[in-house]
Amino acid sequence: MSKARIGLFVTCLVDLYRPSVAFASIKLLEDAGYRVEVPQSQTCCGQPAFNNGDFGSTCEIARQVIDAFADFDYVVGASGSCIGTIKMHYPELFEDDPEWLAKARDLSARAFELTSFLTDIAGIDSVESGFGGELTYHDSCSGLRELGIKQQPRKLLGSIEGVSIREMQHSETCCGFGGTFCVKFPEISTRLASDKVDNICNSKAQVLIGGDLGCLLNIGGRLQRLDKPVRVFHVAEVLADMADGSAIGEEET
Amino acid sequence: MQSQSHRFKQNVSVALEDVSLQKALSRVQEGFVDKRAAVVSTLPEFEQLREQGREIRNHVLDHLDFYLRRFENRVQALGGQVHWAENAEQARDIVRDICRRVEAKTVIKGKSMISEEIALNEALELDGLDVVESDLGEYILQLAQEPPSHIIAPAIHKTRAQISELFYNAHQKLGYTKKLDTVPDLVNEAREVLRSRYLEADVGITGANFLVAETGSNIIVTNEGNGDLSCTLPRVHIVTASIDKVVPTLDDASALLRLLARSATGQEITSYTTFSSGPKRAGDADGPDEYHVVLLDNGRTEMLAGAFRDMLRCIRCGACMNHCPVYGAIGGHSHRWGYPGPIGSVLTPNFLGLEEAGDLANACTLNGHCASVCPVKIPLPDLLREHRRRQFERKLQPLPARLALAAWAGIARRPWIYQPLMATGIGMLRLLSRGRGKFKSLPMLGAWTRTRDLPAPQSRTFQTLWKKQRGKR
Repeated sequence: MSKARIGLFVTCLVDLYRPSVAFASIKLLEDAGYRVEVPQSQTCCGQPAFNNGDFGSTCEIARQVIDAFADFDYVVGASGSCIGTIKMHYPELFEDDPEWLAKARDLSARAFELTSFLTDIAGIDSVESGFGGELTYHDSCSGLRELGIKQQPRKLLGSIEGVSIREMQHSETCCGFGGTFCVKFPEISTRLASDKVDNICNSKAQVLIGGDLGCLLNIGGRLQRLDKPVRVFHVAEVLADMADGSAIGEEET
Repeated sequence: MQSQSHRFKQNVSVALEDVSLQKALSRVQEGFVDKRAAVVSTLPEFEQLREQGREIRNHVLDHLDFYLRRFENRVQALGGQVHWAENAEQARDIVRDICRRVEAKTVIKGKSMISEEIALNEALELDGLDVVESDLGEYILQLAQEPPSHIIAPAIHKTRAQISELFYNAHQKLGYTKKLDTVPDLVNEAREVLRSRYLEADVGITGANFLVAETGSNIIVTNEGNGDLSCTLPRVHIVTASIDKVVPTLDDASALLRLLARSATGQEITSYTTFSSGPKRAGDADGPDEYHVVLLDNGRTEMLAGAFRDMLRCIRCGACMNHCPVYGAIGGHSHRWGYPGPIGSVLTPNFLGLEEAGDLANACTLNGHCASVCPVKIPLPDLLREHRRRQFERKLQPLPARLALAAWAGIARRPWIYQPLMATGIGMLRLLSRGRGKFKSLPMLGAWTRTRDLPAPQSRTFQTLWKKQRGKR
């Protein structure tokens, strides 16, 4: 039987800020027995336009994504927020356009966040990784509430031999990133990030893990400004045993 | 009420620096969020109940005219009167005219958000009436001359020390000369002071949690019993309610009450659930001589016909604000118009216009926590996004933000431009970071870097690296 084909939705932040997350995702998906391709015609899911009320541009970007991933069995991305947009909001955008609504629904049914794809679709329940230490996990809002991602990353992380998870208080509370919110209302955003930093530090974990790069850049940036020694990685990097380089915001080694 | 929504950003800065406000807000978590979670965990059918609540409210909205007329007929049959008010001014005039006709001097009030919405106290005081709030929180705010900052705990922003000071100053002339520092002492003093006010009041004004079409009853829930006294002791009872408060039957009300108490305060049921149906009948031991219901529209029919219809399902429990991280950071006064938190951010631009209150719709991370706890499943983030869509269409966002978004969207729609452009930009940013892994400051990005380091790009863009690697594969 030929392998099922996955189109990797890179996400704009991973593309620009942290390619290792995409390489880690590819490794995890290939190890799980899938063929992974990366369509060149992708840029972003359109969320910045969507959440700022520019539905016209969002539709154009959505059509581009729908076309780019039309031929794949699955679309997988290492972000609950971007996949949430594709899976939950693309169909809403085309409510009055039967042709594109059908395509959007088709894509929606094939779209998955990385950790939920690995556990719920690929049936993986453990990974091999040399990563060790005490982790704490931040539940990013869109993944948690739009896609129900909660246990999947914990199940996979918990399967790594040297890893223990120390849950922080209020792991489900927003970190204050919110896309452009973080620069439109920087004071509120910083306050939420500071609360998150307090909860992370109180957990006594040495490493913060999350599934959305936007949140991790925000929390990581606040951790470093406050000189906290907590290291920050994306869950894909840890699961793929590719978290041996610099953590987010760390000096290059 | 005077709106200050347009001053939202300044209000935010003040709120974040306000030490006693921050202390008070930290109690919202333990006081409401944890209690709700505990009581919900003991009711396995809570999710089904939410769905039932949503359906009941949707059904009402689909047949609002029918149930309102039915309610009116039932109230009339019981000997009460229903008054229809299209806007705040009409509602104020109706209440004022009743008070004038019955030659009222003193009015005692139960908690009513509609009263806040139409700025009733100010209007009655202007007419020479002595107006006394009987809900403890509202009473505290009346002394402090402040608007509520939470819909069910209006004085949540006040600390015990502040309340003690307010009582000391206000009650000295009544013979209470001791400064109190425990909660029971403060409550008892307020109770004593208020008790005589109930007895001398000519008119009692309450809000409505639900209006029952089947029976013509008004239901209010309280934990202080002040609602009962405001309904029954004065010779005239006026209910101020908005048209969306009606429910078909007592069974429906019962389902919604189960949702309301749990969602609002984490109680299975509130201490008092008060039904008032018409004036005193012959042979009744107590009750008012006159019973009036003022039904306020104030833009709600318009909402019913448009994109914000779902908002009218709201049963005013406050769970959305209790769970809102932005509310937790700045409280309810930054909104400065009656309804705070997520529901306020949806409602206020509807009432005051996007020009006045546009900031509110944007001051949200769209984290969705509010919608996930809403007892009638209002899609609050979607409604906030709808406000943003209208702002965008009407070009109400600041010009620099609009230009930046347009530039980004123009590029993001063109991968063949986007990718080389981003590759160049990221390359430059990496050079600038000189391997330090982060930026302490960056021109144009002060909003981020004033309080956060900005992590530097790890390497070249993924797409650039992937092209190279794929070549080797």
